[in-house]
Amino acid sequence: MHEVSLMQEALAIAVARATEDRAQRIHRITMRVGPLSGAVPEALEFAFGVVARGTIAECAQLEIEHAPILCYCPTCAAEFTPADFFCECPRCEQPSAEVRRGRELELVSLEVS
Amino acid sequence: MCKDCGCSNDHPHSHEAAHEADRRRLAVRQAILTKNDRLAERNRGYFAARGLLVVNVLSAPGSGKTAFIERTAADLGPRLRIGAIVGDLETDNDAKRLQACGVPAVQITTGTACHLDAEMVARAARRMTLDSLDVLFIENVGNLVCPAAFDLGEAARLVLISVTEGEDKPLKYPPVFRGAQAVVISKMDIAEAVGFNREMALQNVRRVAPQAAVFHVSARTGQGMQEWYGYLETTLRQPARLLLGDVQAPRGS
Repeated sequence: MHEVSLMQEALAIAVARATEDRAQRIHRITMRVGPLSGAVPEALEFAFGVVARGTIAECAQLEIEHAPILCYCPTCAAEFTPADFFCECPRCEQPSAEVRRGRELELVSLEVS
Repeated sequence: MCKDCGCSNDHPHSHEAAHEADRRRLAVRQAILTKNDRLAERNRGYFAARGLLVVNVLSAPGSGKTAFIERTAADLGPRLRIGAIVGDLETDNDAKRLQACGVPAVQITTGTACHLDAEMVARAARRMTLDSLDVLFIENVGNLVCPAAFDLGEAARLVLISVTEGEDKPLKYPPVFRGAQAVVISKMDIAEAVGFNREMALQNVRRVAPQAAVFHVSARTGQGMQEWYGYLETTLRQPARLLLGDVQAPRGS
């Protein structure tokens, strides 16, 4: 359940950004989460409900964009999006050791007023 | 229900009439772990400047992290000075165990936190005399999920699985294995008794972590530990020593 610490961190970034823009309230928080980030979107949503209480993001909707995994195959010199965690190249079927994307865990944008 | 934000909570709202029209989008594009990642980079520089090799050791509870570090320190003791930072929710049992074998060890008790972060490591490192060490193991909290997300400033990550845990462990917890430089399969001395399938386990590690060096060891009997020492002293340790222009043979050799 490190999602609670992650959401606390996300909320701190969101509130700081909103306050900097003199916003009174955060209506929507958009995050981008990759399958290899180690964070579970459902757990992030649950944690958000807990940590947002009593803040300017209390009523905000949390929107999570899913970022696909992107691997590189040195044999085929090509990038590919694997069907699962095994990252096997669809051309040569070798497992790829180079994951270029899929670890994202970021705050993309806010909707404030 | 609040008509402005749609929430069903019965809390005091102070929405203005024009509130809806004011809605605007703010681009942020910031990694959630920015703060941790920066602290981790600072730790990495701090360790690298000392030529200190730092290894983050991750596993489920009870896979044998402490025994593995104990054995490594005991066998390499004459050649390498090894220290440890140990993370657990409670007790300093593991630090005491390591200290009893002559390994300088500092315990971090996280309370409820399921992982170590870069700040905890920075604080613990300040309590150690790092200049008197060659290798520092960070024994993370026993957990194969959460610690994977937190960079501590280590040079390498090592994931340990014991033969009792099932050959499909890598398939069940891909992210932690994906980020590992080395995978150690521990408790090999009881492999036969628990019906461990070595080939299947190796195949599963290779599928999820093709980048990782794999070792089959028993910290109790010492089986397979020599291969691990060779890897530790050459592949892992060499870059740190080259960085400092230290190309002499290791002490005691």
